Amino acid sequence: MATLLDKSIALKINGVERRFEVEPRLLLVHLLRDVAGLTGTHIGCDTSGCGACTVMLDGATVKSCTVLAVQAAGGEVLTIEGLASGDKLHPIQDAFWDCHGLQCGFCTPGMILSAYQLLKRNSKPTESEIRHAIDGNLCRCTGYQHIVDAVQQAAKSMKSKARG
Amino acid sequence: MPVSKLVGAKVRRREDPSLIRGLGEYVDDVKLPGMLHATILRSPHAHARIKSIEVSAARQLAGVVAVFIGAELTDQIGTIPTTADNPTLRIPKHYVLAADKVCYVGEGVAVVVAENRYIARDALDLIEVDYEPLPVVADAEKALTAGSPVIHAEWPDNVAFSWQQEQGDVAKAFKQADKVVAQRLVHQRLAPNAIEPRGVLARYLADANQLTVWSSTQIPHLLKTHLAQMLKLPEAHVRVIAPEVGGGFGSKLNVYAEEALLGYIAIKLEQPVKWIEERRENFQATIHGRGQVGQVEAAVKKDGTLLGLRYKVVADIGAYHQLFTPAIPPFTGLMLSGCYKIPAIGIELRAAFTNKMSTDAYRGAGRPEATYVIERLMDRVAKELNIDPVKLRQKNFLKPSEFPFKTATGLVYDSGNYQGALAKALKLAGYEKLRREQKRLRGRGRYLGIGVSTYVEICAMGPGFWEYGRVEVTADGKVNVYSGASPHGQGQKTSFAQIVADQLAVQLDDINVIHGDTASVAKGMGTFGSRATAVGGIAVYQAAAKVLEQARELAAHILEVDGDDLLFSDGRFSVKGVPRQGLTVQQIARQARAARNLPANLSPDLAADSTFEPSNFTFPFGTHICVVEIDAQTGRPEIQKYIAVDDCGKVINPLLVDGQVQGGIVQGLGQALYEEVVYDDNGQLITGSLMDYALPRAADLPRLKLARTETPTLVNPLGIKGIGEAGTIGSTPAIVSAVIDALTPFGVSHIDMPLTPQKIWRLCQTSKTSALRGRR
Repeated sequence: MATLLDKSIALKINGVERRFEVEPRLLLVHLLRDVAGLTGTHIGCDTSGCGACTVMLDGATVKSCTVLAVQAAGGEVLTIEGLASGDKLHPIQDAFWDCHGLQCGFCTPGMILSAYQLLKRNSKPTESEIRHAIDGNLCRCTGYQHIVDAVQQAAKSMKSKARG
Repeated sequence: MPVSKLVGAKVRRREDPSLIRGLGEYVDDVKLPGMLHATILRSPHAHARIKSIEVSAARQLAGVVAVFIGAELTDQIGTIPTTADNPTLRIPKHYVLAADKVCYVGEGVAVVVAENRYIARDALDLIEVDYEPLPVVADAEKALTAGSPVIHAEWPDNVAFSWQQEQGDVAKAFKQADKVVAQRLVHQRLAPNAIEPRGVLARYLADANQLTVWSSTQIPHLLKTHLAQMLKLPEAHVRVIAPEVGGGFGSKLNVYAEEALLGYIAIKLEQPVKWIEERRENFQATIHGRGQVGQVEAAVKKDGTLLGLRYKVVADIGAYHQLFTPAIPPFTGLMLSGCYKIPAIGIELRAAFTNKMSTDAYRGAGRPEATYVIERLMDRVAKELNIDPVKLRQKNFLKPSEFPFKTATGLVYDSGNYQGALAKALKLAGYEKLRREQKRLRGRGRYLGIGVSTYVEICAMGPGFWEYGRVEVTADGKVNVYSGASPHGQGQKTSFAQIVADQLAVQLDDINVIHGDTASVAKGMGTFGSRATAVGGIAVYQAAAKVLEQARELAAHILEVDGDDLLFSDGRFSVKGVPRQGLTVQQIARQARAARNLPANLSPDLAADSTFEPSNFTFPFGTHICVVEIDAQTGRPEIQKYIAVDDCGKVINPLLVDGQVQGGIVQGLGQALYEEVVYDDNGQLITGSLMDYALPRAADLPRLKLARTETPTLVNPLGIKGIGEAGTIGSTPAIVSAVIDALTPFGVSHIDMPLTPQKIWRLCQTSKTSALRGRR
């Protein structure tokens, strides 16, 4: 339902240039889910505490529930849907699969994006550094241990890929 | 059963490929053409009469399609159901939207339906409600006191139900006791907080009179039955779909107002309508767990022998019942005997109405409370009698030779080896070394604590709680497995496939496990009480066994031999002595379709269903050991080490079992150290968001060390007990025990949960010995 208040914005989502007409108050997470049709990013709370909505915006993770769509104008967003290359999973996704790093899967996209940022900045994180990096992502199912295992495994496999 | 290849193996989950790509479809991901959005106006008062509701401004907002209020719906939608067979049970009328008065903060009073969720949210602000506040009672013990505000006029004593049970001569036990040890224990309310909030999408097709409801639920079939009743539709015209469900932990084992309300709206408007819960609504209007205050007393001999136990408890129900609200507190009573031989047990339970949200099942559902009570009591007894807490437990343990054992609470434990689990845990923890370390550190003014919790629990339910399974081998060689279980993270799409793959000798990838849709699965109960594999898995196993028998008979017909001449080996039915000319189950399915002259008892396909009703609960058990160090200057407890030895009988997939135990332990840790739902005296919910309610985070814990013993249950042919809740049940007492043990130099014998740093710090400050200990 377009109104006079709608703003015209353009941004890249997972490498694809998209244009939208949005209310200024539309949250980025709603743009991604309801308008752009990318429902992999989830909403778990209303106080930006859970991290389920974590995406990358211009190279850094943000909680998309606390970013307005208009703030992302002209920017580049990476969501969980943009991690795999066609059939080929990202090593982090593969590691989560191998290590049983998810149960219900609801926190998983946000968790993977946080891990993605960690491993970009720190290719050899300690267990403590991993736990700290995902401290903004709540999981109620796993107790975090297999998630930590997954990030450790991803770090190893990404490092060996980088070398090879 | 043929030699297992997949059962017991660490198989990667079949669920994961879509979930790790963000392709899993949860309720809010389902979009239908013409879909509208609903929001609910909720009461800001804990107890108030609704004098008037003015909705005309909301109705007139552009984009708003409809607004409904409670008074319009009392004769349109049935009341929210509860189940129990307690003759003392009082059931207040629980409407989907409050009509005359509200009884808890968050109770819904109106619903707005609009073109999008933003407009729906805007419209809520335009509704004016004139409330007349009424006196509030938020404390369960206060509610049962004479002179308390009355919540439901029919029952001025605020008693929701009561329950007593006594077996053995309790009075005599206490007369004969050398000592009586008493302790008051508080089990705080908890908010389950599945990371996916609740959500409902309803669509009604008028020409077919067909209602479809997508709900983030643990019980699609049970929900279907109740919705049909509440909306006066034939059951055959209601379909419930549990899509991907983002966690439940008991909070989605229910029939909620919104589920019936959205069904009604979809029928009335003939347009699909969706409601997605916000996290603050989840805190207000999704069930809470626990909520008990009790006094436990043990009658003991000088040497530590338990003679008897008495537990007098008040359960905090909330203003209304939800589906299993009255059933949860009695579970506590059933499990009070724990791992021990206690000849006489008496329980007196009173359940109180309060101006709060309902309590109901949350991971463990009554059993964490029981284990906490008995394990705290054992520690207190150990202290009073100056006996080592481990030795006290060993002295009173049931011995393996004493099973099956009838407890003084009316249960029959089928099997157990508590000594084995305890010994394993003590060894893994290096218990003796830890006690020496504790002594050494105390000498240096450092406070290390060791907590041991030995637990047994009941799960998978028993008679009356059947589950359904169906197995089909299609003519193109695929296997479809249908289950009435409704997993939401537990991984049965994988574990059930493992079971059937081994039984029918088919590849895992050829098996598809289907659950969650009442149109695809004929019947079921759902996933709760750690029963998906222990009951649902058995139904699937039995169905697959029937399919194998059918396959044998069809193979006999196809090969023109007698069924008894066939051997099933290496995945083929072949004539004994002629192994090379065999048929796989898949080949049989294909050939069956073209078969001729079939005898009357055979049909041209391979399919069978089965229902399994367990004859008894199963009894998982184990020992958890927690080591904690307290920083006396900040009160912060830091977990140094955590060992869990759990026995869930036979294990289908170790990865999945570890995951359940780890997740369960961390929820137990949450109860022990962080979590509490707090209402003030006016019934205002103080912990209304994740800013005030602390959930465990990754940086809060060390690595958990897990191990298992395997003592099969006799209740089902696979010896599977269930593991979903055991971690939560065993952990809370171990962690609390460790902290209290650490504070022994401060003269602390008990602290109520959650053991926050502030509570701990205060105890360290006020203790007489703190001056002697000095600063670190």
